[in-house]
Amino acid sequence: MVQFRPNRYAGKLIIVEGIDGSGKSTQLSLLSRWLRSRGVVVSFSEWNSSPIVKGTTRRGKKKQMFTPTTFSLIHATDFAERLERQILPMLEAGAVVCADRYAYTAFARDVARGVGREWVRNLYRMAVQPDLALLFRVPLYVALKRILGGRAALKYYEAGMDLNLSPDIKESFAKFQQRILEEYDAMTEEVGFHVIDATGTIKKQQEQVREIVKDRIGDALEGDILRHV
Amino acid sequence: MLRDFCMSRQAKPLEYYSDPLPDVDIARLQGKLIVIEGPDSVGRSTQVQFLRDWLEERGYAVANTGMARSPLTKTGIREAMNGHTLGPLTMGLFYMADFADRLENIIIPSLRAGFVVLTDRYFFSVVARAVARSQNSEWLERVAGFALVPHATFYLRAEVEEVLARVVRGQHYFDYWESGMDVPYGDSLYKSFVGYQSKLIEVLDSMAESYDFTVVDANRPPEAIFDELRAQIERLLVD
Repeated sequence: MVQFRPNRYAGKLIIVEGIDGSGKSTQLSLLSRWLRSRGVVVSFSEWNSSPIVKGTTRRGKKKQMFTPTTFSLIHATDFAERLERQILPMLEAGAVVCADRYAYTAFARDVARGVGREWVRNLYRMAVQPDLALLFRVPLYVALKRILGGRAALKYYEAGMDLNLSPDIKESFAKFQQRILEEYDAMTEEVGFHVIDATGTIKKQQEQVREIVKDRIGDALEGDILRHV
Repeated sequence: MLRDFCMSRQAKPLEYYSDPLPDVDIARLQGKLIVIEGPDSVGRSTQVQFLRDWLEERGYAVANTGMARSPLTKTGIREAMNGHTLGPLTMGLFYMADFADRLENIIIPSLRAGFVVLTDRYFFSVVARAVARSQNSEWLERVAGFALVPHATFYLRAEVEEVLARVVRGQHYFDYWESGMDVPYGDSLYKSFVGYQSKLIEVLDSMAESYDFTVVDANRPPEAIFDELRAQIERLLVD
């Protein structure tokens, strides 16, 4: 069972999750656009983006130095750094923090890589409980078509090549994403995701997202959330 | 003060504290895992050097490793330390990544090859530093659940006055992090050093029983400490 620390601050935390190609980043970016247009201060935090830790992550990836355990620990270090420097202080200041991927990405991806479910849940006990967690759910073949169709070559760890699922990088990627999808599904009830059907049009999904946000944190958005003056 | 805890030293297979490392086989590890713990400037690295020379003279192959030396994280940790930009959570996890990398790539392969592994600190110091920064120790101890239970852990224990004297006479300055200035423990570097190092000693003391530390009185000259360690390790190698 997940035990995050409660959010005792005036600010609100909204996070999105989903496999690569689920369209979650597009949706989060449209949501923050809408929040900003309503005068709300929005702070954006992306997975794997800490300026302090990224050099180490890059080195580990480039030289293929990671094991499942060190991969998990370095990503948790990156998360902790963003939590301490950005997420917690911005929540304390009363802003809305929008996070593209959160601890659940580790619960899905690191477990797909072989680390223990309970171990990784303990690792992220440092995290703050989101006020809203959205899972963009899409069948594997739809996500694969989006990813493999329109983008540069897949990378080693992103494709799960360290797991020896297949010598073919595209096939390895597909198998790895399938495992991640299964982990997301398995944790949905445990962690309380709002599941969005991500096969619909972008506009329709966004309408749904905005309705959920109004429903869940509408009062705070009208009330004591931090605003641009 | 010298507290000597009973240790079970049968030649039993090495075990994890709680969580097995994925993809790592520890079934046939032949070597011995010996940990030297203790606060900053207590003389750990001197003892590791003495022990290494002595063991190699006796024909034992020795591998040594120590905190923050992992090829994966060494540069990143050093840069963050120099920039004074590590929060307590980030620090604890960065050091755990360093520990995991060395455990999987140095300690375990060396044990498999039958080496005596001398490690200058283990995850115990990582936990102690986090606790000295008001973090939850039970959380970080579970993170370190993938650690192997060492054959022996020697805790070089000195009073804070002794640690202070070594720093003053030896390196002639107080390091920002060794003084816990990110907390801080006092309104001057000197006061913070004393407060922080006292806290580290207190936390390591509190871990001694549950982690089966052999406490070695380090308020003595290096040769006396070495004599005691040598006698203890000799018994360990007979098994």
